Amino acid sequence: MNFDIMAIFQIAGIGIITAMIHTLLKSSGKEEYAQWATMVGFVIVLFMVLRLLGDLFQEIKTTFLFQ
Amino acid sequence: MEIIQIVGLGLVAAALVLVLREQKPLFAFLLAAFTGLFIFLYVVGKIDAVLNVLEQLADRSGIPSIYLKTILKIIGIAYIAEFGSQIVRDAGQESIASKIEFAGKILILVLAVPIISVIVETVLGLLPVGS
Repeated sequence: MNFDIMAIFQIAGIGIITAMIHTLLKSSGKEEYAQWATMVGFVIVLFMVLRLLGDLFQEIKTTFLFQ
Repeated sequence: MEIIQIVGLGLVAAALVLVLREQKPLFAFLLAAFTGLFIFLYVVGKIDAVLNVLEQLADRSGIPSIYLKTILKIIGIAYIAEFGSQIVRDAGQESIASKIEFAGKILILVLAVPIISVIVETVLGLLPVGS
């Protein structure tokens, strides 16, 4: 497997840490910051997923003779 | 024994998804999508060798390469559509998933039209003329 398998654990870790930050910020009464923290974590993970998705589509394009 | 690796990866990812779903369902969905992408990308690299053999066989039997290309494109569309619809179904959007499958079917049909027309022409050529 030439791809980074650690990315799966990274995503899970980002999710758990984001949930923790969200809970902490919420309990200390900073509702908006909690939302922003969640949003930033989501965008980071989304970028990771999208990069892999782009790789996959490129691979499929070359394998199945599109173009 | 790559299958053991893949099954282990799937099990670990499923456990992580279960943990994450309690806290943040959004991240759980992205993690599931990432795992699916990972496995799919791994397998697509393998299928290359099989396609090469298929191409050689088609060359030797004299099948026009346009047919093989069309078939490969159809297989590719089927894989992508299946994959996308399953991810969307994981996210709980059943209607969008079925629309993706519908679009895949339509695109495959469009690609298959030249082959169908060739078949119909062949059959018409076999029929006795002037009846």
